[in-house]
Amino acid sequence: MSINPAGWRPERPETAANAAPATVTGNRALMLEEPLIFEVGSTLTTGVDLAEPPAGKPRLGTLERTTTIGLPGLSEPEAMRHYTRLSRQNYAIDLGLFPLGSCTMKHNPRLNEKMARLPGFADVHPLQPVDTVQGALGVIQELAVWLITLTGMHGVAMSPKAGAHGELCGILAIKAALEAKGEGHRKVILVPESAHGTNPATAAFAGYTVENIPATDEGRVDSAALIARLGPDVAAVMITNPNTCGLFERDMKTISDAVHAVGGFVYCDGANFNAIVGKVRPGDLGIDAMHINLHKTFSTPHGGGGPGSGPVVLSEALSPFGPLPFVAKHADGHFALVEEETAGDDHPQSFGRMVAFHGQMGMFTRALTYILSHGADGLKQVAEDAVLNANYILRSLEGTLSAPYAASGPCMHEALFSDDGFPEGFSTLDVAKGLIDEGFHPMTVYFPLVVHGAMLVEPTETESKAGIDQFVAALRSVAERARAGDATLKTAPHFAPRSRLDETQAARKPVLVWKDAPLAQAAE
Amino acid sequence: MRYLPLTDTDRQAMLSVVGAATIDDLFVDVPEAARLSGPIAGLPMHASEMAVERHMSALAARNTVAGQVPFFLGCGAYRHHVPASVDHIIQRGEFLTAYTPYQPEIAQGTLQVMFEFQTQVARLLGTDVANASMYDGSTACWEAIGMARRITKRAKAILSPGLHPHYVSVAKTMAKYTGDALDTALPTLDDDFGIDALIAKIDGETSCVVVQYPDILGRIADLSALADACHANKALLVAVVTEPVALGAIRSPGEMDADIVVGEGQSLGVGLQFGGPYVGLFGCKDKYVRQMPGRLCGETVDAEGKRGFVLTLSTREQHIRREKATSNICTSSVLCALAMSAHMTLLGEAGLRRLADLNHLGAVSAADRLAEVPGVELVNGAFFNEFTLKLTKEARPVVRALADRGILAGVSLGRLYPGAAALANGLVVAVTETTTEDDVEALAQALAEELA
Repeated sequence: MSINPAGWRPERPETAANAAPATVTGNRALMLEEPLIFEVGSTLTTGVDLAEPPAGKPRLGTLERTTTIGLPGLSEPEAMRHYTRLSRQNYAIDLGLFPLGSCTMKHNPRLNEKMARLPGFADVHPLQPVDTVQGALGVIQELAVWLITLTGMHGVAMSPKAGAHGELCGILAIKAALEAKGEGHRKVILVPESAHGTNPATAAFAGYTVENIPATDEGRVDSAALIARLGPDVAAVMITNPNTCGLFERDMKTISDAVHAVGGFVYCDGANFNAIVGKVRPGDLGIDAMHINLHKTFSTPHGGGGPGSGPVVLSEALSPFGPLPFVAKHADGHFALVEEETAGDDHPQSFGRMVAFHGQMGMFTRALTYILSHGADGLKQVAEDAVLNANYILRSLEGTLSAPYAASGPCMHEALFSDDGFPEGFSTLDVAKGLIDEGFHPMTVYFPLVVHGAMLVEPTETESKAGIDQFVAALRSVAERARAGDATLKTAPHFAPRSRLDETQAARKPVLVWKDAPLAQAAE
Repeated sequence: MRYLPLTDTDRQAMLSVVGAATIDDLFVDVPEAARLSGPIAGLPMHASEMAVERHMSALAARNTVAGQVPFFLGCGAYRHHVPASVDHIIQRGEFLTAYTPYQPEIAQGTLQVMFEFQTQVARLLGTDVANASMYDGSTACWEAIGMARRITKRAKAILSPGLHPHYVSVAKTMAKYTGDALDTALPTLDDDFGIDALIAKIDGETSCVVVQYPDILGRIADLSALADACHANKALLVAVVTEPVALGAIRSPGEMDADIVVGEGQSLGVGLQFGGPYVGLFGCKDKYVRQMPGRLCGETVDAEGKRGFVLTLSTREQHIRREKATSNICTSSVLCALAMSAHMTLLGEAGLRRLADLNHLGAVSAADRLAEVPGVELVNGAFFNEFTLKLTKEARPVVRALADRGILAGVSLGRLYPGAAALANGLVVAVTETTTEDDVEALAQALAEELA
């Protein structure tokens, strides 16, 4: 039966009549505005049913809370709706290609999530007697073996909480090793100018003076300049390989040998390990320490900005100086936890503890699940497909966008473009915002600093050819609009939950917490 | 391989666009000697979901699950019930698989969560502002000491004897490289929180006093006099909270005029997870916000005047300031912050207060029952949900023996302070809403037998 007996059928409206009207709610169909919990919740509402507290007199001394905290509550349906609505204002890998260069936004397999939630991993306390956590220590140990084998290194420190924390771990191990040799006077760390900002920040934190090494015209570190700068005051070099221009540092081994020859150490920023996993072992290139971002290469979720996890593989020279605690496997198969108590016997030169417990266990289970899923053959294919996808993008777009290092050889996991050739008044930012309207997350912009208006595109291996073709077509179209001086790009995005946000105002008069004041005033 | 969409046909077509005959042509910049010819030997090949699940489940089965036995461990990580909806919320792909919100127009979800989290945390800690999270409590604690050094331009920090020994350890590691002098001492197995002794140590060179509240033995004390003493010497008071649920029942450190309040947020929404990932809390007074480490989200407006949120004050951070940054921290712990924030939203003020009462009164009742056991003495006068028992024997072997009987009895001070004879008989017991009367009875009886 027809739902409309009169025979009327919807038809496409005339264009002129199709102009979007304003809505009373501010919503636009599925695009729903969502207030803050402080505007809708109440301190009397709760979405959790709790038992009646047992009878008894409090024993809080004089400290019983007398004031209101000011925490609004929502019932469960309201809370679900609040967070579901907010979630829909986010771009995510689950929605589409997320080509942030140097960030390795690959698919996050759901098996990882399921395994991390097994009660045997999720509901285990870090201070339980070691006999009751042999499986957890087994996960750490098994992942450690994979990381050591994949990188061709000697040892691994599992406890660093994220990439930058791993950098710190590596640099502290280097410092401890130098001090043990009576070389604590070395005060300089050399960092290529294309490095991530965390590299100089880490070196400075550890008390080193940072000296920048320039890049060559082809986008690699100037190895001649670097080697010329080596000397008895140089503690280490920090090199990202593959580098942030998306290129493999061909001279890595030569640089490592030269650094070692003058008594220094080589730190490798392993943020881009995804390009070479299973293809090259950093240990074969003379690396002494390298952090591995489990949330990049090994697919643990980025979660909107963490948690990360940054185990650091170490050379034989640095392994004795790695942090506490760590897992040791005894001959009988039993796992032990080496902490301050036994470190004196097992690990006397450790530089100490970096975190309260054992590192990001929840990320270890996810990374190990991913690694076992891929196996040695799959991981090699990961690197190959990631590199193929990036080269495909580089060659597909080099006619449209300026690709300053296109002649430097194949790229690795990411393709770098610049804003060269854009007309006056148009910038990389406009291209990025234009891409948002096309339904893509933009690439990394304005990094690395060595290229003007940098656009760094990293597709990863988990994109299909069709998906990449669509992205290439979109980026080509947006870049052509920029070249043509299309003014509508300057006000993009037009179709996102928000148009361009005023970051200057945010920084000038910071509003970092919600105050009980009318919104209009808060926004002033 | 199920995670790789490219087909061999795709690969061939793409290679021809790229102008390469084989995939290895794209790896020509790798020196030949370092190129691996095939999959790395000695490692297993790819495996099905089912096979991986079997392997991981076998490992998981080798652990004693906290929820399946009488369980009393705390000391920086607490077992609380997390509503099912919290885990569902953090598994929304739009939260789980998003990146740091560098493009705010398409990241308002994460940004608004950060802003709500910052507000909730600031209110809970009693500070003016809070950041969008740190790695965990121990690293947040260290960062607070560094921040106090930058603000006061002094490098002598006094760490309270009641500060978690692993937090002290982390601070000691970092201090070796920054030149901070740390005044540390072991706790004593009594009811003295040590406020007067801390006050006596403060002088004109002190950058900060770091005090944990409730402390490692579960003791609580009014921090107001300590805050006054710090301020009289132009030093800062840093308070560390490892059990945020406590702040539903006791006054916040901010209310007692602490300048920086840091903490471990794991208790709310995150779960034990054998120690990580957790979520570091970091709040401070308004006047110090530009010296804060970590990410901050701020309110602003878009081009049409609509309210929106962005990452802000990033001129403190490494990606802008490089070697002059306030910290090298890059990643925060946003997904865990979301879990904590959602749990706090579900609880609300009323729920958190009730949860705190449940914890506290449950702990009071358990403490009294355990103190009846011959050979057990309750150390604490006041406490929240964690207290210390002094046994007539060394506690560590007792904990081990009780584990063999299927009871996870708490954290022995021998585990935390190996070699400290004066602490060896101490056992720290945590009681939360997940602890049943039967659990307490099982512990009391088993303890009685072990101590007999």
